[in-house]
Amino acid sequence: MTVTELLPLIGIPIVVAGFAFKFNPLLVVTVAGLATGLSVGMDLGTLLETFGEKFVNSRSLATFLLILPVIGLLESYGLKERAQDWIASLANATSARILMLYFVLRQGLGALGLTYIGGQAQTVRPLLAPMVEGAAVAKYGELPLPIRDKIRAHAAACDNIAVFFGEDIFIAFGAVLLMDAFLKENGITNIEPLHLGLWAIPTAIAALIIHMVRLTRLDASIRRDVEAWKKSEGGSEGKEVAA
Amino acid sequence: MKTLLTINEIYYLVGIIVMLLVGMTLRDKGNPKRLTTALFWFLFGSVFLFGDMLVAGLGKPMAYRVIGVMVVAISLIAGCGLLSVGTYLQRSAADRQASANRFGNWIFLPALLIPLVTVLCTVLLKNVAIGGVYLLDQKQLTLAALCIASVCAILAGWKLTGGTPLQAVRESRRLVDAIGWAAILPQMLAMLGGVFVAAQTGKSVQEVVTLFVNPDSRFLLVVIYCVGMALFTMIMGNAFAAFPVMTAGIALPFLITGQHADPAPLVTIGMLAGYCGTLMTPMAANYNIVPAALLELTDKYKVIKIQIPTAVTLLTANILLMYFIVFR
Repeated sequence: MTVTELLPLIGIPIVVAGFAFKFNPLLVVTVAGLATGLSVGMDLGTLLETFGEKFVNSRSLATFLLILPVIGLLESYGLKERAQDWIASLANATSARILMLYFVLRQGLGALGLTYIGGQAQTVRPLLAPMVEGAAVAKYGELPLPIRDKIRAHAAACDNIAVFFGEDIFIAFGAVLLMDAFLKENGITNIEPLHLGLWAIPTAIAALIIHMVRLTRLDASIRRDVEAWKKSEGGSEGKEVAA
Repeated sequence: MKTLLTINEIYYLVGIIVMLLVGMTLRDKGNPKRLTTALFWFLFGSVFLFGDMLVAGLGKPMAYRVIGVMVVAISLIAGCGLLSVGTYLQRSAADRQASANRFGNWIFLPALLIPLVTVLCTVLLKNVAIGGVYLLDQKQLTLAALCIASVCAILAGWKLTGGTPLQAVRESRRLVDAIGWAAILPQMLAMLGGVFVAAQTGKSVQEVVTLFVNPDSRFLLVVIYCVGMALFTMIMGNAFAAFPVMTAGIALPFLITGQHADPAPLVTIGMLAGYCGTLMTPMAANYNIVPAALLELTDKYKVIKIQIPTAVTLLTANILLMYFIVFR
């Protein structure tokens, strides 16, 4: 394997370094593209032409912008408030059960293309994390920081996993469009985005099962953490008394 | 054969919406960087509104070159931190709660119309033509259907809430500004993928793989594709960027051509194997690092740590699913 054969890989360390130094991702991607093209001997004009061509040909990735106006309109008329009231009225259980319910809702809505109902900023911080934490606090009283952090991190993870492995079923989602464009560009033309969406279903089910199994153990694990903490708390108090 | 709604008309619609947002941003005195923010979206919207015109007027090579320069300008504006969010006239929390109570679950209806109408149009209007004119672009059926669905949803939202379509666009500026440069990142990554393809990066990967893999071992190839997708996604922070390289480097030559794997499930599960990588990397900042900040966690890697067991198990599941599905 010669150096020339490895040169096309130069974009990879650039992306890694760019992210590590926290440059803007658009800039990092552009620089990585320029470096890769120039390193394999494309001239700047041709490279810019490739940039333009690929950007124009992947315009379909931006069609999600068509959905935003109606979501914005509905939000200003209380979409989120209604969703919150609704979820709150359904969930009156333990931390794990709220997370399970959220996971199923989020994955289901994601599969329908409603990825904007939910999200780390929109629902996890204002709604899900407080509810999940609240359920544990109601049961055990005020909790120490590590246990609270664990519960909150579970809320964030739940949102990510549910939406990642739900949204691909929705046929108009970016990833499906990207795969569709890639296949067509490589001469495989007899596949509709609908097929790609369908084949995301087995993984979606696997994700559901795997994460549900983990969540069924969460309540017990929180209880163990709390007991361990109370014991050590009691122990240290005991020492203080002894001293 | 002619088509009533072509994909190019959908791009014009996107362009028009973006240009309306540009106009609103220009008038927004509360946005500290309104001129550069507007320029960023103007350049982006131009690709949609004038892209086809440029190609028709200047010919492909010159038009693409001009657009290439615009893309570099877009990334420079974002890279120099010249984007910022504006100020928005928003209905008060009390008003929103009042309409939420008034509309009840009907408020979900317009949003639900988007996926429902998209799927219905995709299934029902395939190959449908009236008088020799296809109703929807047959090459990009899903997108054409999505466009119809969005318009239906806006009309339903208009009817339900009494807010006009223009108000809908105005409300969407809040979302677009919040998403910011990230809205363009998938397209940029597709572009980088395109350069990787032109530079035959996949071939380099392929050669590295050939060095130590038996091309007849189906299971091992599946493992390498899935694990490769996950690892490369961890490096790039995004499965979209990993996808073209790994699929061109491993899936196309070894699995599709070499082993006659079924392409549709192969690439879909491959992409989802990449998503397992997204769960395990701080490079995917939006998903893993930003939430840790939002939730004020002491350990900023706590979300990743919680996700790792699910991600690793699911990656294993994907390997098995792929192996048993694509060679069925």
